[in-house]
Amino acid sequence: MDRVRELASKKAAVIFTKSSCCMCHSIKSLFYELGASPAIHELDHEASGREMEWALRNLGCTPSVPAVFIGGRFIGSAKDVISYHVDGSLKQMLIDAKAIWF
Amino acid sequence: MPSFVPATPASNSIGSEGNVVQSNQNTDFGSFEHSLGFRIEDAINLSRTDPVFNQIKPNGRALGTDIQARAFNKSVVASERDQSSTASASQRIPLQKESQPNLLSIPGGHSENWGDSNMADTSPRTDSSSDDTDDRNQRLEAGPSAALGASDSSGRSKEKAVDQKTLRRLAQNREAARKSRLRKKAYVQQLESSRLKLTQLEQELQRARQQGIFISSSGDQSHSSNGNGAMAFDVEYARWLEEQNRHINELRSAVNSHVGDTELRIIVDNVTTHFDDIYRLKDTAAKADVFHILSGMWKTPAERCFLWLGGFRSSELLKLLISQLEPLTDQQMMGLYNLQQTSQQAEDALSQGMEALQQSLAETLANSPPGSTESSGNVANYMGQMAMAMGKLGTLEGFLRQADNLRQQTLLQMHRLLTTRQSARALLAIHDYFSRLRALSSLWLARPRE
Repeated sequence: MDRVRELASKKAAVIFTKSSCCMCHSIKSLFYELGASPAIHELDHEASGREMEWALRNLGCTPSVPAVFIGGRFIGSAKDVISYHVDGSLKQMLIDAKAIWF
Repeated sequence: MPSFVPATPASNSIGSEGNVVQSNQNTDFGSFEHSLGFRIEDAINLSRTDPVFNQIKPNGRALGTDIQARAFNKSVVASERDQSSTASASQRIPLQKESQPNLLSIPGGHSENWGDSNMADTSPRTDSSSDDTDDRNQRLEAGPSAALGASDSSGRSKEKAVDQKTLRRLAQNREAARKSRLRKKAYVQQLESSRLKLTQLEQELQRARQQGIFISSSGDQSHSSNGNGAMAFDVEYARWLEEQNRHINELRSAVNSHVGDTELRIIVDNVTTHFDDIYRLKDTAAKADVFHILSGMWKTPAERCFLWLGGFRSSELLKLLISQLEPLTDQQMMGLYNLQQTSQQAEDALSQGMEALQQSLAETLANSPPGSTESSGNVANYMGQMAMAMGKLGTLEGFLRQADNLRQQTLLQMHRLLTTRQSARALLAIHDYFSRLRALSSLWLARPRE
């Protein structure tokens, strides 16, 4: 959990993924499309990947990846991100966290 | 069969008529009718009483009365003999003598009426047809017995015994006839409902054939498990479409009749809530057979043209609606345009994820380690490959779910941007558009081919 928090606060937009997860690929594409350059951490290439996945699950993230943090705050998984994107709040969150400027 | 037992008026189904009759009984015959009532039950199982025939109305309203009149004739004769108390018998004889001429006249006088009433009476008289024959039988019986009414008591007793047997036989006949009629009725009803079901099934089959779904013959059980999920969804989707039509019609009439905003809001909410149903159905069906949903085979061909991840593209729909929803405020216009943009972005993102999935799957299946000769290693590799590929296929369900979520969220956001009336018009426009697509499909499938 600490590792997760540590990494999540390092950049305005942080996404935890797995190299084999294609939905993660979708969410990454969405962020790039919005002009954000999120920090990507692949759990299957992290030393404490399994604990981190467990920690993410405890945060309520199902499936555990992709897990999105904006401004150090846990936003959710793919479903939440898409929902926030549709109602416009994702963009606002990114602007507030200075991940994007417009 | 209406049962009329003077001793127990509660069971009298003829109602007031019976009550009237009962009072008549009391005034005319005293205790006579009570014994008569019991005897009737015992001997004839018809529960009819004599004085009713006095109440016979020519219009045939008292259908039971004709039978009862006949029964009276029988019962009077029968009960007379069976009465242990002979003291009353002597009293009754004159009564009987009185009544005989009446009885004699009745068959002739009222038979036509009763015949008419029999034909006029419908549903409650299930045994009316047999009553005719029964009446005829009774009439035949009434004749000779009436004729012998004036003879001495010993002759009459023989008649009464014969009549009793005859009456019992007739009663049994009646019962048997009634039971067979009821059975026939039930059977016919069963046939009717089966026929309806058959036509419904044929229609569904026709519709499914038109959509190009492979209809396996009854013996093919190989893909029954998947087929069941797919077919079950198709049926549920068809039902959902019908319900949607009903809701939309309600909405249309509400819009055309310019109902108030609060009422319109309720109807609009009904429609949007109903939309949630189909997404729930799709979710369940995807768990059983994700490929059926993704293939779009549950949609009509023209709809399938625009298929994206198992459904419609929200961005396309918004593009169509913006032009149709005029007049819009600038703010609404901006909001809708942004919404179209964001849904487009989300669609692209999901499409990219799908492409990545395809690529990954292809790589997994194409991957074969070069130069490995060990057979067990190959098998292990193969199994490993398959396991990985299986895992990747499993993520398809997730993509479908996100696509449906996107559709739902987009519609929700659209309604947030619009007034109630605009929402109503938007829903009507969406429905009309898809209806036209479906109509186009039908035309296309029915087009003449060389």
